[in-house]
Formats: sequence, C-alpha cells, structure tokens
Amino acid sequence: MGVDGNYKWVGKRTVRPDGTDKVTGRALFSADSSMPGMLIGKILRSPHAHAKIKSIDTSKAEKLAGVKSVVIGKDFPNLPNKTISIGILAANFSEMSDKLMARKKVLYDGHPVAAVAATTSAIADKALSLIKVEYQVLPHVIDVDEAMKPKAPLLHKKMITVGVDPAPTKASNVASRCEFGFGDLEAGFAAADVIIERTFKTKPAHQGYLEPHGAVVSVAEDGQVTIWCSSQGQFMVRSYCARLMQIDEAQIRVIPAEIGGGFGGKTVIYLEPVAMALSGRAGKPVKMTMTREEVMRATGPTSGTSIDVKLGATKDGKLTAGEAELRYQAGCYPGSPVGPGAMTAFAPYNLENVKTVGFDVVVNRPQAAAYRAPGAPMSEFAVESVIDEMAQKLGMDPIALRELNAAKEGTTAPYGPKFGPIGNEQCLEAAKNHPHYSAPLGPNQGRGVASGFWFNVGGESVASVNINTDGTAVVLSGNPDIGGSRASMAAMAAEVLGIDYDKVRPIVADTSSIGYNDLTGGSRTTFASGMAVCNAATDAVDQMRTRAAKVWDISPDAVEWSEGHARPAGPNAGDFEPMSLADIARTSAKMGGPITGRAAINAQGAAPGFGTHIVDVEVDPETGHVTVLRYTAVQDVGRAIHPSYVEGQIQGGVAQGVGWALNEEYVYGDDGCLQNTGFLDYRMPVASDLPMIDTVIIEVPNEAHPFGVRGVGEVPIIPPLGAVANAVSNAIGVRMTDLPLSPPKILAAIKNGS
Amino acid sequence: MSKHHVTSTVNGEPVEFLCEPQETLLDILRDQLDLTGSKEGCSSGDCGACSVTIDGRLVCACLVLGAEAEGRKIETIENMAEGDTLHPLQQKFLEEAALQCGFCTPGFLVAAKSLLDRNDNPTETEVRYWLAGNLCRCTGYDKIVKSVMDVAAEMRGE
Repeated sequence: MGVDGNYKWVGKRTVRPDGTDKVTGRALFSADSSMPGMLIGKILRSPHAHAKIKSIDTSKAEKLAGVKSVVIGKDFPNLPNKTISIGILAANFSEMSDKLMARKKVLYDGHPVAAVAATTSAIADKALSLIKVEYQVLPHVIDVDEAMKPKAPLLHKKMITVGVDPAPTKASNVASRCEFGFGDLEAGFAAADVIIERTFKTKPAHQGYLEPHGAVVSVAEDGQVTIWCSSQGQFMVRSYCARLMQIDEAQIRVIPAEIGGGFGGKTVIYLEPVAMALSGRAGKPVKMTMTREEVMRATGPTSGTSIDVKLGATKDGKLTAGEAELRYQAGCYPGSPVGPGAMTAFAPYNLENVKTVGFDVVVNRPQAAAYRAPGAPMSEFAVESVIDEMAQKLGMDPIALRELNAAKEGTTAPYGPKFGPIGNEQCLEAAKNHPHYSAPLGPNQGRGVASGFWFNVGGESVASVNINTDGTAVVLSGNPDIGGSRASMAAMAAEVLGIDYDKVRPIVADTSSIGYNDLTGGSRTTFASGMAVCNAATDAVDQMRTRAAKVWDISPDAVEWSEGHARPAGPNAGDFEPMSLADIARTSAKMGGPITGRAAINAQGAAPGFGTHIVDVEVDPETGHVTVLRYTAVQDVGRAIHPSYVEGQIQGGVAQGVGWALNEEYVYGDDGCLQNTGFLDYRMPVASDLPMIDTVIIEVPNEAHPFGVRGVGEVPIIPPLGAVANAVSNAIGVRMTDLPLSPPKILAAIKNGS
Repeated sequence: MSKHHVTSTVNGEPVEFLCEPQETLLDILRDQLDLTGSKEGCSSGDCGACSVTIDGRLVCACLVLGAEAEGRKIETIENMAEGDTLHPLQQKFLEEAALQCGFCTPGFLVAAKSLLDRNDNPTETEVRYWLAGNLCRCTGYDKIVKSVMDVAAEMRGE
C-alpha cells in the first residue's frame, strides 16, 4: 500500500461486480420492486406558478371505489422553521415539508397539493381529477434579476436578507448574501493595463437522470417503516423521513435500490414521506413513481444565474484583480448553490486581490437541487470566458495566460485556505502539449479552452469487511453505487487483503445493516467510503496477523501481511511457513470466531480537483447550429482506482456540460408554467450530437487517502460551459455570454456582430 | 370497459395476458410479465430505455399498446444472453465500462443488437445515429459507441 505503490488491482480495468445484473436486466431500480397488496400513489400538482390555496375538497376522491387514502398538507407534521445539520447536509424541515406538500400557498408550477393511494394506477388518476382545489392566483417571478427588483412579487412576505449589515427592514426575494475574497481590489484594478467587465447569464439545467424518482414504502401497523427507493443516500432518506414524519430513525429501514443516475438530483427526497403518509393511513404498501413530466416540473434542476465579472491584468499577462457578483435562482425556498459558486469562481488562479459576492434569490420554480459541482459550472463559465477574452486582448495564448496565473501548492484559494499539492499546472501543461491543441482548424471552426476547480469532500463513512471461511471476503459499504463504485471498493479491499478481486463481493448495505454514511455526493464516495473500506480491510488484516502471531507464538508486531499472507516480519521474528488468508479464515472458529474488519470514520483530507478542457466546434453560419468536432478533457484525479470509470465519469460530465452550453434550458410561458416537460423539448445530448471524448488522467496523489484518491465526478462538468462558449465565440468572432448557445442566439450574434 | 385477451410470444415463450385498451406493451412487460429489464424513462418514446423488438423491428415498448402484441414475437433484454453466455455486446459493455448507472443499458443493448443484426459493418456515424433514440446521461456515449464498433469488428472476424 501507499500512494506510490505498484498495485495488483488498484488502477486496473476490472469488470464491475454488479455488471452482469445491469446488462441482463436483472438489476432492480426503484420502479422495479413490488409488494403484495401494494397500492399506487399519485400526486396532484399545482397548475399555477404562484397562488394561495383557498380550499381543497378531497371528499369525492375519498369516496371513489378503490381509493384507500388521500393526504394534503395539513396531514403532515408542522416543523420548526430552522436549519439543522445532518452530516454534510443542512436542511430546514419546515420548508422541506412545505415543498413536499403545499400548505397555504403553491410556489411553483408542479408544487404538490394532494396525494392519493388507490388499488390501480387508473383509479389513482381518476381520484386526482376529483380533487377540487380553489386557488387565488398571485403574480409570479421566474428570472433572477427580475426577482431582485424592488417591486417584484414576493414569495415569502417575511423574508429578510441574511448576511447584510445592517439587516434590511423590508422583505425581499433575496434570501442571503455571501462574500469571499481578500486583498485590495481598488489597488489591483489600478495596477491593471487591461480591465474587462462582462455580464453572463445561464439557464437552469436539469440533472437529467434517466430513472425518474420512485419508491415503494410500507408502514406496518406497529409503525415500522420499510422503504425501497433509489437515492444518493439511503441514510439521507432515513434522516429526512424521520424528521419530516416525526418518528425515530430506528423505526425506518431504507433499502437502496440501484440508482438510475442522480448527479446531485437524488440528494433530496420528494416521494418517500408522501408514500409514508399514504401507506400509514391505508395500512398497505404504496408505490410511487414520477412521470418524466413530473420530474421536469417538480424536481430540482440547478439554478439559472446572472453573473457580473470584472478582471484586470497587466499587459504582460499578470492578473491583478478579479471581482464577481453572482445572482442565483434558489427556487421556491432559499438554498441555491451560490456559495460554492462564489468560492470556486476564481479558484484556478493565483490572485492577490479577489472578491466574490453571491445572492441567493427565491423565484417561482422548484427548489434548486445539487447538480454536479453545485454552483461552480456557472461561475467558472463566466470567469473562464473573461480569461479567454483577456488572452485575446493581450495577444496571449489562452493556456499560457492560465499557466502564468495558475493556482499551485501554497496559493491562497479565493475562499480562504492555502492549497496543498494540486494538479492544476499539470493539467494545463498536458492540455498545451496534447496534439489536439495544435491541430489545424477549418473555416467556421473555433477552439475553446477552459479550466475547472472543485473542492471534493470527505465526510462520515462506515465499512465492514467480513472474511469468509473459504478465503473470500464480503465488503459492506453504505453509499449507493452511482457509477461503478462497487468496483472501486472491491479493488481497494482486494489490494489491502492481498486476495483476488473476484474473491471480494462488495455490497451496498441498507440503513439497518451498516452504520451511518453520508450520501453519495461531493465526489466523496471513492475517497471517503474508499478510505473506510481500506481501514476496515486493514483492521481485518490486523486481526489475521494477530492470529498468525498466536499460532507462531510471537508478537503480532513481528508478523507482516503481504500478498494475502501473514509472514514473519524478518529473520529475527522466526522461521515460519506463511499463512494465507484462507488458512487463517478456515480455522477462525477455533481462533476467536469470525473475522470482521470494521471502520467508522469522518474522512478528513479531501483534496481538490482541477481540470482543463479543449473543444473544437464548427458553427453553421446559415442555421446557427453548433457541431462539436473534437473534445479533450484533462483532469487530476489523484489516483484512478478504476481508470475506465474515471474516464467514463469525465466523459459523462463533458456531455452534460456540452448540453448545458448548447441546448438545455427551461422554457416558461407568461403564466410561469414550464412548457418543455419532456426529453423531446428539453434537449439533452444524444449520441449523434457528440464526438468521441478524449480523456487524459493526471495523477497527483492525495496523501490523505491510502491510494491517493481525490475524487472525479464533479470537476468534468465545470469546464465545458466555458470551453464551448469560448470555442463558439472564437468561431464567429463575437463574445457569447448567454447560455445556452442555441441557434437563434448565434444567428443574432453573427448578424449583429456583438 | 372489458379487457383484451392477447396471445403473444415473448422471449420465445408463448404468453397470454389481459390488458386494458390504454395499457402499453411496456406496462404489460413490467407489471404483468415481471420483465422489469425494460425501463420507463419517459413514456413518450424519447429515451429508448424500453427498447424491445417486435417481429425483429426495434420499437419503444412505451409507444406500443399491449393489444398490439397479439400474434407478434417480442424480444426483450431478458432474452439477450443465451443460457449462461452473455451476448458479445453485453460482454463488451462490461469489459469497456460502457455503463455507469445501468438504467439505460438494457435499451442500448437491445438497440445495438438490432443495428448489428442489420449491419455488421457500421461506421461510427451510423452507430451514433442508430443509437440517437437512446438517451444516456452518464457516459457521454463514448464507450457505448466504441463497444458497439468493437463487437461489430469481432463478429466480422477482424
């Protein structure tokens, strides 16, 4: 072991342990489970963007044959209006409950107002149509800049902006203000030869997971609750359901289904407490699955944003100051990712004078949910666009400008701490030297470059490694496998135990079978749960060393573990035949019982990730259509435990970022209702929209992790927005600042030249 | 309204079922025949996660009524492996890590097999356009397209 070791399983392209189930249709996702006597639950949603609920009459629905329970907002506990921390998350359960089922007002098109459980799907639909809701429609506001205006319709009449001193006396839609940075901006800009100021806009983008939200929930007569659902964290589901429904966590068992994509969008819950309320009343299990329309109307995309950036540089390319104001849509309650957006905006750069200010703004849209590096793609898009423009103005190569100002080990990050060893410069160098960067371009083609930064996080993780008497091992961890993490857990356990990868069976355990784990998010799983798995495997190894020591009658310290065998540590330890893991496991009954390694940690030392992307595009001057011709993504991942899945995560992040940059947006009518609620109109990239996506993995190990892992999943969605926008801007000779770069916008830019 | 009695062949086995007029083939496969390998991602024919073949023709099961299965031969992901041997596409998807969450995977495999049944030497562009009816949000399609191209080459004996 050790971050520089030669490994047998770490870094190898093994077949994932859950793979066969997933290529044969066996794998059970949320909608694939059923229970005897199960009812179908459905939700009635607001048809208005903003309205008072004057009355709800469910009597006709309740009388319909086959309807077993009906619930509305008053059937859910009212909870204290304060924010509570749970692991790496923080939540206001009063607000969360109101989002699950509206009480006095509906705050967006799609806000739940009632739910039914019935014996069939058709009866449930019929029951929904029999519920009469009387609304008083209120003025609404969707756009973030509009929502900040003094006369904007207010979502919450008592909301006073937090983080402003002195506190405002009037309510507004601005939930909070945050600020990061240091230095003397005035002096920094005074020292600049060139100053660029630009305003950027991005549209909300949905995570676009293919599997709609779904859950099967059984509330038994004794109050015990069993939940089968797909989420990014079974413990998150348990914590939230327990607090929302005011029951003990021990009464709830959440069994994680396979998760059909999340990207942050399944770090929240929408159905489970509703199904609990319905199931409890009906005395039967209830299954709820969302339609795609419900997913689009009522689940959290990320924020639409409006961002001002000001950047100064000397004529030889030294950045002197950077300033940004970021305005993010939160959705119906506070909670946009403007904080991380403001922290990350300038993070790839070494700046002496930097300031970012963020505003979290409520609007009549569903609550923003995490989406891969929450907040960062938008803020870094804005900054990376200005960096590109700065390079042009200075007559510099855009990578050279970035290299000259690159954050490196010892640089103070704009959000405070000093960076340890990071791979930012290595990524820039690899991009510069990649053949893609010097390949010729044709007419109407442009090349764009952008960098990206994300923190990566650690957090609480528990793992067990059970050694079987036949010399195999079962590894239990508590994070849903969202993109191949079982393979990584098995590889790391096999490496530590010194047995073959296919002798290790990784299991994602339910909430009653393993201790608490923070959810799969923040690029934490392979880092933090991986660390727990390594520690648990090491614990098992220590137990086996101790047993060998007992047999040999020497000190456990005199026993070393290598290649799956206990061996005397040196000639002084004695001359004994090495004992294999299987030898020790076979005799476990006589040697103190089963061998189970355990680890329960709050993983510290998560290390940031950087990436640099290059993209070539061709713009059709007649239609404004953009073709992505070539894409190269370079990223420092610390250590690629499974290179294929690292590449896959990078490629997937790129595809999402390209969609965000070119196609994806929410289209609202004048009534504030979402008009593009399906995949036909919410246009995610398909196979024919993309080229192959070349990846370059840089490994600057994170010393805090047994194998050097940093985390992978979030960095790759950050650079594509800036890289694509820069490429298009370079292709048409006009700086593009308003995403997505849809054909009408590009045609207008070509026509108007600005 | 009375239910339709439908006789069909699913994965080589004769089946009979009763279906409501509005029920889709996907509803029947998933809810009545317990063939949950075909997934519902949109129920509007836009994502391809429910791809199956009817008499050899690639369709989205969500766009076909259950009643239309009468007398037809339906093939789903559950019958792609032969006994204990995975289809070369299934094997290649595993080796090349052409899946992450795995939700879209059955649809991609059924669609890719349907392509290779017709064209054993597709270009990358042909693969990309054939699979354009299948959405994947995890992989960026790179490893999926490569896997299909590689299997085509192997099946040609290259």
